[in-house]
Amino acid sequence: MWNDPINLMSYVTWVFQTLFGYAKPKAEKLMMDVHHKGRAVVSSGPRERAESDVFRLHAYGLWATMEKPS
Amino acid sequence: MSRRRDGTYRIQLPEGERALLRALPGQLRSLLISEPADPSLRRLFPPAYPVHPENEKEYRELVGEDLLDGHVAALQLLEDTADAEQLDEEQLLAWMRALNQLRLVVGTRLDVDDESSGELPDPDDPDAEVRGVFLYLGWLQEQVVAALS
Repeated sequence: MWNDPINLMSYVTWVFQTLFGYAKPKAEKLMMDVHHKGRAVVSSGPRERAESDVFRLHAYGLWATMEKPS
Repeated sequence: MSRRRDGTYRIQLPEGERALLRALPGQLRSLLISEPADPSLRRLFPPAYPVHPENEKEYRELVGEDLLDGHVAALQLLEDTADAEQLDEEQLLAWMRALNQLRLVVGTRLDVDDESSGELPDPDDPDAEVRGVFLYLGWLQEQVVAALS
């Protein structure tokens, strides 16, 4: 997930909770990681699952990409 | 905006705001259908594989149409229910998705950055009205987040 200046912080936290079932503290920490570091890993798994997660984040308008761990 | 015991949501908004919610989704829907490559829409279709064009192409072919259809359907639902005083959860989720699309597109057009995203519009700014709409959409989206949380 990449930081972006438009999406609301409360909204991003809500999306993490809703899509990934994260508890609020974990979702908030991830959101702050994205905000302060510019990007953060919010989900990982095999390609098919990663694509499904990225698609769901795109459906909610979040700026998500995926890459193979190096 | 509040959750009722039966799981539905009560929507109380003044007529002027409802008029905006009736008008904006149709404008964006038309643009999505007629000019899907318009630069102001780029945030609605982020790249999934920014450095792997081949994977990106595959991803687009696989899900690009579903993403567009989902965006359009959410906007249609917001437009159709802009006057509703009660929504079920699925409808409110579509409002959330549609409001966010509208904010992304308006914010992209205004070139919003981290510093300016919450600023009150300067009345002399030619974009003051659009900035007002951007702030309103953000306020309303916060209400939806609170109602669904």
